[in-house]
Amino acid sequence: MNEFFKHLRYVLTENPVTLVAGTLFMMFVILAVFGPLIVPYDPLASNASRTLQPPSWDHWFGTDQLGRDVFSRVLVATRLDLAIAVSAVAISFVLGSVLGSLAGFFGGWTDKLVGRLTDTIMAFPLFVLAMGIVAAMGNTVENIVYATAIINLPFYARVARTEVNVRRNADFVLAARLAGNSSIRLLATHIYPNTLPPMMVQVSLNMGWAILNAAGLSFIGLGVRPPTAEWGIMVAEGAGYIVSGEWWLALFPGAALMLAVFCFNLLGDGLRDLIDPRRRT
Amino acid sequence: MNERVPVLSVKDLSVEFRTRSGVVKALENVSFHVNRGEMIGIVGESGSGKSVSALTAMGILDEAGRVTQGSINLGGLDVLNASERYLQEMRGRDVSMIFQSPRTALNPIRTVGKQIGDVLRRHGSATRQTVRAQAIKSLMSVRIPDPERRHDAYPFELSGGMCQRIMIAMALSCQPELLIADEPTTGLDVTTQAAIMDLIKELAKERNMATVLITHDLGMAADYCDRIVVMHAGHVIEQAPTEELFLKPRHPYTAKLMKATPHGEGSLDDIESIAGGLPDLRSEHLPPCRFSARCERHEDMCDMPALIADEVSPGHMVTCRRPL
Repeated sequence: MNEFFKHLRYVLTENPVTLVAGTLFMMFVILAVFGPLIVPYDPLASNASRTLQPPSWDHWFGTDQLGRDVFSRVLVATRLDLAIAVSAVAISFVLGSVLGSLAGFFGGWTDKLVGRLTDTIMAFPLFVLAMGIVAAMGNTVENIVYATAIINLPFYARVARTEVNVRRNADFVLAARLAGNSSIRLLATHIYPNTLPPMMVQVSLNMGWAILNAAGLSFIGLGVRPPTAEWGIMVAEGAGYIVSGEWWLALFPGAALMLAVFCFNLLGDGLRDLIDPRRRT
Repeated sequence: MNERVPVLSVKDLSVEFRTRSGVVKALENVSFHVNRGEMIGIVGESGSGKSVSALTAMGILDEAGRVTQGSINLGGLDVLNASERYLQEMRGRDVSMIFQSPRTALNPIRTVGKQIGDVLRRHGSATRQTVRAQAIKSLMSVRIPDPERRHDAYPFELSGGMCQRIMIAMALSCQPELLIADEPTTGLDVTTQAAIMDLIKELAKERNMATVLITHDLGMAADYCDRIVVMHAGHVIEQAPTEELFLKPRHPYTAKLMKATPHGEGSLDDIESIAGGLPDLRSEHLPPCRFSARCERHEDMCDMPALIADEVSPGHMVTCRRPL
């Protein structure tokens, strides 16, 4: 474990981009955990006497049409947005890894079945598919998670399949087989860990994408519903006020969204460096 | 185990591979055995069936491959009819294998100590508490300097020779009765080659272990093996104790092979080459002697079917109608 932290420090100091991404990521995690405890105002409390106030010392990000504090709402929304993205990515990562690994390892029918399944999902415009799933299954947060997980599944399955497939006949796999390992053990403990570095890049890129996706669904009125604080909804609600000059309503949640996506996109390489021992030189 | 009962005995083994362009008869009537404490060499050019014999002996055959006849007895276990579970128990514990390109034979993202530990946990008596100490002991037995530190090294941090030592440590960690070394020194530089071979020989002697050395280097086989099995195009064409084989090779191919091997003295120009290549193993009408097309002693009688091995002197078998 100590070794891990040493390596973590090395990866962070070696690449400034990773350091920036790592710092942003830690900030988001802290906000997600402690956000509701540190906000200056109740994110849901409206105040009719202070509607549509521009940013000031009292309200850093201004107030919205109901007089709610935008800063508090942006902060509180972090938890929900991250939670949706993390759980969606976790589901597609696990399912995609399992399906893709099995397909890549056993080939034949398993491969064909998984291949056609992912092809089918990818044949749809993904955001439209997600909309369809949420609309059909019901307008809840869980369903946003499932929809986002399903549309991301093919990417993981494909990366896992390829990575497993190229290593299936590697010498070290034969060596492990000759040491008495069963097929499943070979796959799980010898081949699969080798697929993690590229998978981590995928996870990170996907995380940003999942956040956008969740926010996008809320933006068009699916999934999370007002008055819940959520970046997508806030941008949607604020969009109407940009024309009349109240730019802060949409700008700040939009900026938070952008920063989160940016952070995850940058984090990919760092995560890979962290997990791939060949990078430890 | 009784000295007389071979650790591994392969009898009349024939293996075919179905490929897109036809059935390849990779092995035909291959027989050989290894006794306890003995090191035999299987020698032949690429594609002669050395590695297929070894892998089949461990019960691993490509999906396209099929054993058409024969039997394999490994320490009393009928390999060809044993269940996969049994074979998994056997691999790594009773018999292990090391092969060429040690770098790629180690999992690139796990420390070498962990990889040795896996085998110890799988087959040996190691527990979570003792596994590290035992792995380090294994590393020590193959004379890796600073084993404590190497235990936590990744394969890419080590040299080729070091990786092969680790492979050997891994293969021998559970005291197998048989070690199959498939070209263990290919890809290593010459001084390392000798060091690795000396190490294998010494460890084999120490543990009274049977060893099969697969190589295309007749010189190396001569230096280290007690007995040599010469293979050509899926046939065992000659097998004899090393000294006898070198003094009196009886098969024309073996004789040619020796003339094609460089010795210390003489110029490289004196080395002869063997004309032609291996026959196409896919063809339906392979001659009974697969060397006949390249053989200077070939006569009509060589094309008569049912070519069998003759014991020309004790322990010296030749599969040829017109031996030297």
